[in-house]
Amino acid sequence: MKKYWSYNLKYLLILLSIWFLVSFGAGILWVEELNKIRLGGFKLGFWFAQQGSIYVFVVLIFIYVRLMNRLDKKFNVDEN
Amino acid sequence: MDVQSWTFLLVGLSFSLYIGIAIWTRASSTSDFYVAGGEVNPILNGMATAADWMSAASFLSMAGLISFMGYDGGIYLMGWTGGYVLLALLLAPYLRKFGKFTVPDFIGDRYYSNVARTVGIICALLISLTYVAGQMRGVGIVFARFLEVPIETGVYLGMGLVFFYAVLGGMKGITYTQIAQYCVLIFAFMVPAIFISIQLTGNPIPQLGFGGKLSDGTFLLDKLDGLNQELGFHEYTSGSKGMMDVFAITFALMAGTAGLPHVIVRFFTVPKVKDARISAGWALIFIAILYTTAPAISAFARTNLIRATSNIPYTHVPEWFTNWEKTGLIKFEDKNSDGVIQYLAHPDLNELTIDNDIIVLANPEMAQLPNWVIALVAAGGLAAALSTAAGLLLVISTSIAHDLIKKQLNSKISEKKELFLARFAAGAAVLVAGYFGVNPPGFVAATVALAFGLAASSFFPAIVLGIFDKRMNKQGAIAGMVTGISLMLFYMIYFKLGWFTQTIPPSTDWWWDISPEGFGTVGMLVNIFVALVVSRWTTPPPAHIQQLTESIRYPRRTA
Repeated sequence: MKKYWSYNLKYLLILLSIWFLVSFGAGILWVEELNKIRLGGFKLGFWFAQQGSIYVFVVLIFIYVRLMNRLDKKFNVDEN
Repeated sequence: MDVQSWTFLLVGLSFSLYIGIAIWTRASSTSDFYVAGGEVNPILNGMATAADWMSAASFLSMAGLISFMGYDGGIYLMGWTGGYVLLALLLAPYLRKFGKFTVPDFIGDRYYSNVARTVGIICALLISLTYVAGQMRGVGIVFARFLEVPIETGVYLGMGLVFFYAVLGGMKGITYTQIAQYCVLIFAFMVPAIFISIQLTGNPIPQLGFGGKLSDGTFLLDKLDGLNQELGFHEYTSGSKGMMDVFAITFALMAGTAGLPHVIVRFFTVPKVKDARISAGWALIFIAILYTTAPAISAFARTNLIRATSNIPYTHVPEWFTNWEKTGLIKFEDKNSDGVIQYLAHPDLNELTIDNDIIVLANPEMAQLPNWVIALVAAGGLAAALSTAAGLLLVISTSIAHDLIKKQLNSKISEKKELFLARFAAGAAVLVAGYFGVNPPGFVAATVALAFGLAASSFFPAIVLGIFDKRMNKQGAIAGMVTGISLMLFYMIYFKLGWFTQTIPPSTDWWWDISPEGFGTVGMLVNIFVALVVSRWTTPPPAHIQQLTESIRYPRRTA
């Protein structure tokens, strides 16, 4: 059981780091540097702040759901 | 048909739909009333959460705000979506496992104390009332412009409708009307966006049109950067706020989103822990459709607005301009008496004042879209405001009927009586919300933004610590919530409302350059710090509470 929880915490740490990097990192802290790179009509930093981070958020939640559902099964704590 | 007839038709149709659903889904037990019986399908719950969540501010004000803020508008986009990641990963599944009706339920049980429960109730009421005021105002504005009735009449009509389905159906009624409202509002938001995207960039997907090229071959955003600079504004794709403040506001909005009681309570309505997780994902998808379109609308509208007004003789302004002048949301003052509109950043030379809220509402008119599209926006704005108002009213009524009366004052009250009380409290809350709608405390999006600071500095840390820190006890949690929310309230009153000083203090006086909107981040950090320190110096929670904390961590406990 302890292991289940530590796996859970490990997943959280990884996913929340990505969450932080795309929004606070790419969208705010490094926005000036990234704005020098272009993605079609977008400056990349601006794109992360107004589009990209949101797409990544959605993907993160679905990855989390998959990981946790697998983990629940592995440790036999899933609901029937 | 003219705009007004279309508006009557579409608003009338959507309202009858909501009323029909309310009658069909009447609540018959307190469990129905508080959490829709706990048997809502996770995808539908995601949809209802999206409507619950996206308020008049998201629908009416946000694109307008971004339109004037440019890059800085990202604080709303990231802040109001990133919170769902926190909600899905840190709160929703555990609260579902805990499985009660409300947020104060969790606070009261986990911290084994009615003092904590009461602090929870006060926070929930404070947050929800701040938030609901803006919604009723939004309803009033839409009615005033499109049906040409006074704002007050609009507010009364909205109150009547919400009263009907929130009081009758409780959470069950609200859930199914919110699903219908999501469909109405997203359709209403997307149709004009798609039309305008095609007009300006030839691309039917607004998210791509946003980065697309205009008919003259320049990229839309480059053109807009140029236009903005010509008129003396900052470049559209770069900001004017300090990085520290942008950081703080974004974080406060994220933590606030995850701590809003009317959003959290939606995750009590699904059957399983697994459903709570996936439901947060669905909610974010439904929200992201609007949130990735909004910044595109902002850029389209700003381009159209500058083209239609800047250096145009006043006698040649388009019809929408004159229509909106009547509402006072657009003002032209010919300072140099040349009869031409000068729209400039410089406050002494600028002759045009435009309210943020106009961007979404007038956008279809600016783009000369057909009348039914214009009317559709009105129906959408109403759906957004009403769905959020209903969710908030439910939190207010449960806080009083369930958390205060049933759990503290009179635990022997029968279910029938409790249900009656809950309905009565919902009715009373509608009246309070209506009062705020008629006598609004300032600007819609600004008041709403502050509710997030309150949620971020009270509930969010208390719940997260309650799940992840087994050693957290009632002394720590109460001390943390009280210091966090008091500090936030103080800062908001001092720097936003200016009650303690003769004039509102200037932004140069802000602590660490953080605005009142971003101060929730500081409130949250102080809350966590105080809670951790106090809890380590006082007695640990009793064994059965440590067991409770342990048990919510696993979807199903093996023997």
